[in-house]
Amino acid sequence: MASAEEVARQAQRKDIRDRWFLSAPALLVIFFAATGPLLIVLVYSFLTPGAYGDVKWQFSPEAWVSVFLERDIFDDTLSLAAAHVTIFWRSIKLAIVTTIATLALGFPTAYFMATRSEKTRDLWLFLITIPFWTNLLIRTFAVLQIIRNEGLINTVLIKLGIISSPIQILFTDTAILIGMAYVYLPLMVLPIYASMEKLDFRLVEAGYDLYASRFQVLRRIIFPLVRPGVIAGSILVFIPAIGAYVSPSLLGGGKNMMLSNLIELQFGQGRNWPLGSALSIAVMIIVMVALLAYVRNASRSEVRHG
Amino acid sequence: MKRKTMAAAIGLTLLASTGLARADGVLNIYNWGNYTSPDVIKKFEEKYNVKVTITDYDSNDTALAKVRQGGTGYDIAVPSQTFVPIWIKEGLVLETDPGKMENFKNVAPEWANPDFDPGRKYTVPWAWGTIGVVVNTDAYKGPANSWGIIFNTPDELKGKVNVVPEMNDVIFAALKYLGAAQCTDDKAVLKKVRDLLVAAKPNWIAMEYNTIEKMGAGDFKATSDWNGSALRQRLANPAIHFNYPKEGYGLWSDNVVVLKEAKNVENAKLFQNFIMDPEVAAGLSAFHRYANGIAGSDKYMPADMKDAPEVVIPADVKPLGELQRLCSPETQDLYTKIWTELQK
Repeated sequence: MASAEEVARQAQRKDIRDRWFLSAPALLVIFFAATGPLLIVLVYSFLTPGAYGDVKWQFSPEAWVSVFLERDIFDDTLSLAAAHVTIFWRSIKLAIVTTIATLALGFPTAYFMATRSEKTRDLWLFLITIPFWTNLLIRTFAVLQIIRNEGLINTVLIKLGIISSPIQILFTDTAILIGMAYVYLPLMVLPIYASMEKLDFRLVEAGYDLYASRFQVLRRIIFPLVRPGVIAGSILVFIPAIGAYVSPSLLGGGKNMMLSNLIELQFGQGRNWPLGSALSIAVMIIVMVALLAYVRNASRSEVRHG
Repeated sequence: MKRKTMAAAIGLTLLASTGLARADGVLNIYNWGNYTSPDVIKKFEEKYNVKVTITDYDSNDTALAKVRQGGTGYDIAVPSQTFVPIWIKEGLVLETDPGKMENFKNVAPEWANPDFDPGRKYTVPWAWGTIGVVVNTDAYKGPANSWGIIFNTPDELKGKVNVVPEMNDVIFAALKYLGAAQCTDDKAVLKKVRDLLVAAKPNWIAMEYNTIEKMGAGDFKATSDWNGSALRQRLANPAIHFNYPKEGYGLWSDNVVVLKEAKNVENAKLFQNFIMDPEVAAGLSAFHRYANGIAGSDKYMPADMKDAPEVVIPADVKPLGELQRLCSPETQDLYTKIWTELQK
């Protein structure tokens, strides 16, 4: 006869087995869809480039070295990889500016939506989501049609006699920013709106009753309470913006590389897959560090306000 | 070369897949997007009772990488001349000996024995063309038969020039402009190339593939481009002219190969032979807008191509054309570094 202890142990073992069994689908998906491919990229970043693309199975740290350092093409001296740093910084800067621009536009939009009557709120929400029905490429082409030299803005301004020759917007950094802000705006509005909708507006009234100015109400009451939405929105915009490909290529004219173009070059005409892999991982590390710093910082100030 | 594949390509595939209900066999073609004449495919299907499917790629590198992985199910691919030697060396293509096929007699002499496939043991010509300078003469009336339009842009065109961002083509053009040989690994020359490109870039407005639409809309007033693309631009706006640079210009040629892993080898060989027929070759040209390398196809060519200066190279500039080669991996590596520095 099994002792009570043994029965208990068996039950426990079965319990563990069941847990593994039940979580198997999730684990498999995580492995095959996320961790596995990432491991391949990591392994490739330590191999030697094949002559015409692909890799040779030979260990080499060269790819990682050339992410940060470059051998001068002409005299072989090592120095900081200025080209890579410039391109990294351009992408990061664009992502930061896009986040700020969408926040500046998205916050008032969300506030406006949240302060409508409950019935009309759904309509506004619906309007915000409409752009998602269309492909990103097509939305970007639409922006292009509006800002090009013979496009909507320039034609109207010339017809009105405000300007005599078209303003060059297309193929500039401004064009990229317009395209990015337009495409990512809903990703900022929706999370802020979600927090704003739960906001108890009696607190705002109380603030006014206590002689707070409008700015004080915004800064001391509304903003702290919708902070989680702002954080979520910023993350949702910042991460895809760093790897943006379509808007910079179509609207920026492709003269200056973004991170995504640099990585594509290595897998295409550059035929240096290990360097492409190393650059991809480097981007992930940068994004992760930036996020951790941001979230930690944000949650700390939340405690202070809480 | 890289052509943007768009909805048209999807339409093509659909068209091809709704072909015959009962076919004796199938043929799977792997080709550049928007490049395969649906009419020619239909003719081939009807003649041999074969069902054809077409899959698109957008660059030589993509095609090579995918075929090298194996298990693609494709029978035929169409690599450019720079890549053909790699495909052969890597053992990816079948020696079908097109040089002995019935229709081979139609191949134009200058394409019958090319350096990239001596004796035509593997490849059949699909299309060939040139890379030159396209200028809108409404914006610039001066002489335009020089790479100087790109590398030493005249004042009227400053800030209005586009460069098609094909690394090897741009560096080839820069080397020609400096009077150097293609694929040189002479670092003193390459340094001059880099300096030339970096100094020229501020005068460019963009580096884009989408030239047909943007030259038409006036976003660009000049661009480096392929001749077939230039032809389409001129047909849309007669002020747009293609120019053969006097410093020398690049020639390219795309070629049909049968893959070693092909499952429908006989149909693939039939197809290689089929497209060397002058009337069929003219049908291909009518769609992709490039010359085809088949003698006698001229009389079946569409009227607007028969004596188009973009397609029929004028005799006086013919000797200036040079077939572009693939450079060694070491040289390629230097090119990539120059390119990164140019676009940083």
